Amino acid sequence: MDKETKRILLDPLHLKNPITLQVLGICSALAVTTKLETALVMSAALTFVLTSSNTVISLLRNRIPGSIRIITQLAIIASLVIVADQVMKAYAFGVYKQLSVFVGLIITNCIVMGRAEAFAMANPPLKSALDGFANSMGYAAILLYVGFFRELFGSGKILGFPVLEATNAGGWYVPNGLLVLSPGAFFLIGLLIWVQRSLSTELVEETN
Amino acid sequence: MDFSNKYVVGFAVVLCLVCAAAVSVLAVELKPQQEANMLLDRRTNVLRVAGVLETGETRTAEEINAFFEDGRIEYLVVERASGKVVDDPSTIEGIDSAESFDATKWAKDNAKNDQLTSPIDPAYKETQMRVVPAYLQVIKVTTDEVDCLVLPIQGYGLWSTLRGYLAVSRDLSHVIGITYYEHGETPGLGGEVDNPSWKAQFPGKEIYGDQGEPILEVKKSGMVTEPSHQVDGMAGATITTDGVDLMLEFWLGDGGYGPYLKAQRGDA
Repeated sequence: MDKETKRILLDPLHLKNPITLQVLGICSALAVTTKLETALVMSAALTFVLTSSNTVISLLRNRIPGSIRIITQLAIIASLVIVADQVMKAYAFGVYKQLSVFVGLIITNCIVMGRAEAFAMANPPLKSALDGFANSMGYAAILLYVGFFRELFGSGKILGFPVLEATNAGGWYVPNGLLVLSPGAFFLIGLLIWVQRSLSTELVEETN
Repeated sequence: MDFSNKYVVGFAVVLCLVCAAAVSVLAVELKPQQEANMLLDRRTNVLRVAGVLETGETRTAEEINAFFEDGRIEYLVVERASGKVVDDPSTIEGIDSAESFDATKWAKDNAKNDQLTSPIDPAYKETQMRVVPAYLQVIKVTTDEVDCLVLPIQGYGLWSTLRGYLAVSRDLSHVIGITYYEHGETPGLGGEVDNPSWKAQFPGKEIYGDQGEPILEVKKSGMVTEPSHQVDGMAGATITTDGVDLMLEFWLGDGGYGPYLKAQRGDA
């Protein structure tokens, strides 16, 4: 693997992570992470949309008129989101009901538009596909981390299986209600950003 | 890169056509599968509220559909005001079959139904239903262990219309269960209406008093004085709790399933 491909693949996971560094896609990171299962499905949906939207937009990049490029990107992304939404409604109905509006809201997820505008419009299709995939993985990594801890400490379960026997099911563990609510996700993401910046000090902005 | 205006317009048109065609084809292709999912979901809810399925118990689609195909579960259409069962629902305009009959949707689509203009029961207004359908759906569940009536109910909570089912025993002595399959109440507060441990309070509660008046109530959290027919409300969700209370009062009263249920009691 040459250096550039490696950079495209690995940067979004750590040094240019869309959630913790660029702080994009926070809305869904808060909303769908009360359980690991919804976080997983949401990550899969975003991976599909982002990888294909980057590919399609990159294929068309020399034909898209600059004056209508944003709406063109949006039309392509919206169509792909509807595809994801309809397929889930047909084959993963249980999770579809839990995710409800959030699949549709991938349309407004800043990561998708951001990658289309910043990368796919200026790079060939294969690279753009890799970039889309890598950014989805960066997003998925954070979602799974948040979802894991919120489900474990918020309801004492992992993927629906009881790990810490919760009191409302006759066990000893008192679930932490804060983690089920949105602020819990903020704390988890904040902690991660702290850890990340302590490990890689080059990420810390200069103070003035 | 410079593009002529003609090109820009042409590009936009072609893009729209391609996207629209792709989305339409997909939507049409997947529709049967999606409808099967929704039907299965509704059926699962009926079985759950009737207590045929335990909380958390799952069955395959075939097992669930089997209950509905061999007559153990029977759908009826009932005339609301008289309480009479309609012999052949398909003779009523806009109704295909008793199972697919959605009273609320039907009431919206068919202007002819008798809107409840002079409320029989003041609770009707509080459920915030603009029109109360002239016909209602009733589901009879008869299995080896369970013998009950499942009544679709709906009404307003704090933010949203709650839609669900209330299951009552065939002799109308007590509640079998309640469930909400659609609501948009605050998660953790009013959203607790779909929490199994809250719903678990309902089974066994008495429904009607000595004079045949509905006595099943949901009280404000911690205010229950007569546990035989009162349910403890959700803490921190007064308005959703009131909504559920009014819903029960309305649907069990004369403006809702009352006439039909009274007729049933006469039979029994």
